Amino acid sequence: MNWLFRYANPHEFMRLSGAVLPFTVAATAIAFAVGLYLGFSVPPDYQQGTTVTLMFIHVPADIMAELVYCAMAVCSVLSLVWRHPLSDTAARAAAPLGAIFTALAIVTGALWGKPMWGAYWAWDPRLTSFLLLLFLYFGYMALWNAIEDETRAARAAAILALVGLADIPIIKFSVDWWNTLHQGESIMSGKIAPVYLTPLLIMMFAYMLLFSTLWMVRIRTAILERRATAIMQRGAQ
Amino acid sequence: MSPFTTLLLRDVKLAARSGGSAALALSFFALVATLVPLGVGADLQLLARVAGGVLWVGAVLAALLSLDRLFQGDYEDGSLDLIALSPLPLELTALAKISAHWLSTGLPLTLLSPLLALMFNLSPTPTLVLFFSLLIGTPAVSAIGAIGASLTLSLKRGGLILPLLILPLLSPAVIFGAGAVSATMDGLGGQSALELLAAFSAAAVLLSPFAAAASVRLNLAG
Amino acid sequence: MNFDMSPYGAYIWPAYGISALTLGGYTLWSWIRWRRAKAKLAALELKK
Repeated sequence: MNWLFRYANPHEFMRLSGAVLPFTVAATAIAFAVGLYLGFSVPPDYQQGTTVTLMFIHVPADIMAELVYCAMAVCSVLSLVWRHPLSDTAARAAAPLGAIFTALAIVTGALWGKPMWGAYWAWDPRLTSFLLLLFLYFGYMALWNAIEDETRAARAAAILALVGLADIPIIKFSVDWWNTLHQGESIMSGKIAPVYLTPLLIMMFAYMLLFSTLWMVRIRTAILERRATAIMQRGAQ
Repeated sequence: MSPFTTLLLRDVKLAARSGGSAALALSFFALVATLVPLGVGADLQLLARVAGGVLWVGAVLAALLSLDRLFQGDYEDGSLDLIALSPLPLELTALAKISAHWLSTGLPLTLLSPLLALMFNLSPTPTLVLFFSLLIGTPAVSAIGAIGASLTLSLKRGGLILPLLILPLLSPAVIFGAGAVSATMDGLGGQSALELLAAFSAAAVLLSPFAAAASVRLNLAG
Repeated sequence: MNFDMSPYGAYIWPAYGISALTLGGYTLWSWIRWRRAKAKLAALELKK
C-alpha cells in the first residue's frame, strides 16, 4: 500500500500526472484514430448489417460505465478505511465521467435497438440496468453537492458508493430475472466475430485512455481549486 | 425493558399518533391506488395486470415519505447525541429505528394492500402473493431507507434527494415483489420470486444497520 | 473506409455524433476549467 500513499501527496500527484499527461493525450488520439479507421473498414455483419459499427461506441461506453463505478468504489474504500487524502477528490472527479459513459451507453444502445427490435426503448435488461446505474451516479453527485462540509460530504458519498457497489450485482441479477419473466429482447447476444474484435479492443483502449486523461485533468483542477480556496480563506482571516 | 425495545416502542408510538407517519403512509398508498385507475381507466383486466407493480411502487413511495424524519427529529433536539453515547451500539439503534419504521409504515401498508388489490380486480391468489411479497419486502424498504435517511441527516432539505438515493437501490425489491404477483398470474408461481425477495430483505436488514450507523457517526462527529 | 451505412445511417451517425459531441465537449470543458483554475491560482499567488 505504501506506493499508493507516495502519490497521496498532492504535489507528487501533480508532478507525476503532469509528466504522464502528454503521453496519455497522444495515446488517446492515436487509439481513437486507429480504432475509428478500423471500425469503419469492417464488413457488415450478416445478421445486424452495418449497425454492427455501433458496437464500437456502445460496448466501450458500457464497460467504462461500470469500470468507473468500480474506480469510484475503490477510491471510496481508500478514503474511508485508509483515509487516503486524494481519493475523495479522485472519486468525486470520476463520477461525472461515469455518468456520461452510462448515458452514452444508454443512448447508443437505444439507437442500436431501434433498427434491431423496432423500438428505441424495449426494456432490454442491460440498458435497464444502466438506467438504474445512471440514477446511482446522479444520487452520488447530488449527495456531494448537498452536504456543505467537504469532509462530511466525502465520507457520506463514500458510504453511498459502497452501498451502491454492493447493490449493483443484485440490481443486474434482478433485472435479468425480470427480463426472463417478461421475455424481452437483448442486444449483443452471442460471440463477436474476430474481424470485429480488433477495432473493438482498440476503441475500448481509446475510451480507457480518454477516461484516464480526463480523470487526471479533473483531479489536477480540483487540487488547484483547493489551493486557491485555501489562499482566499487565509486572506480573509 | 432493554434499551433496544424502549427505543423501538417510543418510535412506534411517535409514528402511530394522529398526523404521524403511519396515517400519512396509509393515506398516500390509498391515494395512489385511487389515482392510477383514474389515470389509466377502469379496464378491469388491465388493472389486474398492473396491480402488482402499481401497488408495490405505491407502497415504496408511501414508506419513503416518513424516512427523512427517521433520524432527523432526534438529531435536531440533541437526543441522537445522547442515544449515540448510550451503551446500546449505534448499529442496534439503527436496527431499532428500522424496525420501528417498518412496524409503523411497512406493516400497515401490507395490511391495507388486500383492500386496495380489490380495487384493482386482483384475484385471491395473486392478492395473497402480493400480501406476502409486501410483508417480506417492506423491511428492505425500511432498512435501505434508513441508509438514505442517515446519509442526509444533516441536510435541511434532505428529503429531496433521499428518494434519488434509495429508489435505485430498492429496485430489486420492486422487481421481485411485483414479479411474484405477475408470475402467479401467469401460472408460473411466485415462489422463486418470493424467495429471492426474502434473501434481498434479509441481506438488507442485516447489513444496513452498519451503513446507517457509520453515516450517523459521520454526521454527529462534525 | 466504408461510410455507406444504409439503411441504418439514421441511427449510426447520430450515435457517433452524440458520442463525439459529448466526449469532445466534456474534454473541452475539462480543459477550460483547468485553465481557469490555473489562472485564478496564479492571480492569487501574485497578490500574496
